[in-house]
Amino acid sequence: MLRVDRLSKAFGSTQAVDQVSFQAEPGRVLALIGENGSGKSTLMKLIAGETIADSGEISVRPEDVHLVHQELLLCPHLTAAENLFLGSSTGLLFSPRKLEHRAQELLDNLGFPEVSASQTTSDLPISQRQVIEIARAIVKNCPIILLDEPTSSLTEADKTKFYGLVRRLKDAGKTVIFISHFLEEVRAVSDDCVILRDGQMVASGLLSDFPDQEIVRHMVGREVTDLFPRSERTPGEVVLRVENLTGDANKPQEVSFELRAGEVLGLAGLNGAGKTELLRAVFGLRKVTSGSVSNQSNLQKQWRTGVGFVSEDRKLDGITLPLSIAENTTMPTRRGFLNSPKGVSDLGSAWIEKVGVACESPDQPVGSLSGGNQQKVAFARLLHADCKLLILDEPTRGVDVGSKAEIYRLIDEAAKSGAAVLLASSYLPELLGICDRIGVMNRGRLVNIFDAQSTSSEELVAECVR
Amino acid sequence: MKKKPNQIVGVLIAWLLIYAFFAVNKPQTFLSISNVELLLRQSTMIGIGAVGMTYVIVAGGIDLSAGSVIALASVVGALTFNRTHSPLAAVVACAVTGVFCGLLNGVLTSKLKAGPFIVTLGSMLAIRGIAKGLADEKTVSTGGEGWLFEFISKTKSWFVFPIGTWMWIFFLGLMAWAMIYTNFGRNVVAVGSNESAAKLCGIPVDRVKIGAYAVAGFFFGLAGLMSLSRTSLGDPTSATGDELRIIAAVVIGGASLAGGEGSVIGAAIGALIMATISMGGTQMGVANWKQEIFTGIIILAAVAIDRWRIARRQTN
Repeated sequence: MLRVDRLSKAFGSTQAVDQVSFQAEPGRVLALIGENGSGKSTLMKLIAGETIADSGEISVRPEDVHLVHQELLLCPHLTAAENLFLGSSTGLLFSPRKLEHRAQELLDNLGFPEVSASQTTSDLPISQRQVIEIARAIVKNCPIILLDEPTSSLTEADKTKFYGLVRRLKDAGKTVIFISHFLEEVRAVSDDCVILRDGQMVASGLLSDFPDQEIVRHMVGREVTDLFPRSERTPGEVVLRVENLTGDANKPQEVSFELRAGEVLGLAGLNGAGKTELLRAVFGLRKVTSGSVSNQSNLQKQWRTGVGFVSEDRKLDGITLPLSIAENTTMPTRRGFLNSPKGVSDLGSAWIEKVGVACESPDQPVGSLSGGNQQKVAFARLLHADCKLLILDEPTRGVDVGSKAEIYRLIDEAAKSGAAVLLASSYLPELLGICDRIGVMNRGRLVNIFDAQSTSSEELVAECVR
Repeated sequence: MKKKPNQIVGVLIAWLLIYAFFAVNKPQTFLSISNVELLLRQSTMIGIGAVGMTYVIVAGGIDLSAGSVIALASVVGALTFNRTHSPLAAVVACAVTGVFCGLLNGVLTSKLKAGPFIVTLGSMLAIRGIAKGLADEKTVSTGGEGWLFEFISKTKSWFVFPIGTWMWIFFLGLMAWAMIYTNFGRNVVAVGSNESAAKLCGIPVDRVKIGAYAVAGFFFGLAGLMSLSRTSLGDPTSATGDELRIIAAVVIGGASLAGGEGSVIGAAIGALIMATISMGGTQMGVANWKQEIFTGIIILAAVAIDRWRIARRQTN
């Protein structure tokens, strides 16, 4: 039996997992339920021994646990058989034929004869790769199997087979923990459930004892604080019109909406629902396959025409960490031949003052600042470019509470002065707090738009997990 | 931006120490003006190439075709001179050849998206082949008459140094200035530091990269001109392996091959360090193979110091 006792883990000032205790029994499937960022994945990694807990106890050794990651960890150039037995085949000599034979037998027994063991892994469809990941647990003969959102890349038909596989594992006496955002999937295979919120366990028990509304209430059950300033805003003319927008890989898919000046439109949705992809397609960072965006000009002209973007991933493309605060702030507005380091520095100082960046000098590299201050620099960039349309992807991710409040104030001020704001967030209180309207994305589509004043977390979550 | 001066000071101190070592051992030659003149003259060709290579490396690229471009430029310059008898036409021909090759490298790397190492490896071979073809697989002799052959001459100097060395010093200053005081220079740094973020900010990433390769090509063309001027020959087999010496100079000068970091002045000192080792070694009668080992160690030390510096910055 897997028993977890008062397990805690903090990353910096964020308590990712906070005093969590539960147990999972052999021959049963336990569903781990919670919003994005509630600590599910961290908890899984702690149990699998990939991350070391700050305190608390786990009753099993990491060797007995097999974690199937959200992003598959397979070697793309090896065959399916080689991946299956990776790290499990011992001895000096290696016979590809024998290995493939054994692998195929195993896959056949699991009910997946269509997966060819001799195929190169990168040539297999993603659902079959998922099967290999899970079959690895059987090769390693681990009694405990953790599945972190294993269905996110599966089609409906594959999901049915996948549920069958999970039931076989269960019948074989394995302990299975299963994460999914979709309640219907959770119900299809799970016996028990543990609900997490902000790193804490808020409920647990037999899954059949919890109706859907009850689960959603446990997932969100937060109070909206007065962190959110909201000025009187008057919507003006339409600034952005998106019609039937479809992007690469059908994310987003046939999305249409309008956004007016002085309006804040939020986007809610689970990870992978297509929020980021929609924003990037609107700004021009993602290939559009059909449909139209009213302001679609080339990427290099966006900032000049008053459209600015804040990325969800600061390290990747949000900001240039080795360069100075001042240079980052003025980068999109560089014009002409000559550059004046002094002038850039002075502009930097002015914005540091206005936006409230805690730093020593405008010439300091952005990488030396805290996450919240880095994000304020990304905001200063929008304000310096005098943007009329602000596209913000998770603007408060990895930001401390104090900086969050300041970022909300900046968003509110921008909207009050007539800018249109399109904002994606996986943090519902924030959407409810600062938006005028909230759109919900589900599997690439914009499924519904609610009025922020009259909707509730419960209504939004229900729409997200539908 | 603030740490850059320290970095240059570090390389400068390293050079002075190496120079001092030889000065102690060979005071009569190493402490003379004529020796300084010789050192700079011998570093000129690699040094001019390093000015351009710094831009490519700071932009996050690399150009392995430098040596081949130098050879091609010297051949084209020699052929042009033989046909027109105009030194000016030959100078222009060298520069244009270099810029053309640079543009080609830039367009190929940014459009093929195959990585600059592979792309310039290909152009290195192809350009070398073109140089040999143009020269009919022979060296192109010119007669060596006229001011075209005085750029790095021992005898024709102008305030201590020959004109080619003065050109190096001038461009060194110009391009070091341009890296900080022009928007092109800042864009090169931005693209090398974080290409995706630069793209998001609306910087025309492809054009910046093509520009950096073209700037580099211009300087490789000038380096080819120096080669032609020194030997009076357009030699399609010359400068083989010089791309690596040029890259070494840039790396010793504090550049990171990951892009975003590097200094034109540092690269010049890097070129001087390598020339000092080979000159001092030869004068002290140290075998060539020992000099090569020592130069290799210097490069490894430069990289190790750089890594250590970055690691220290990240921990605090």
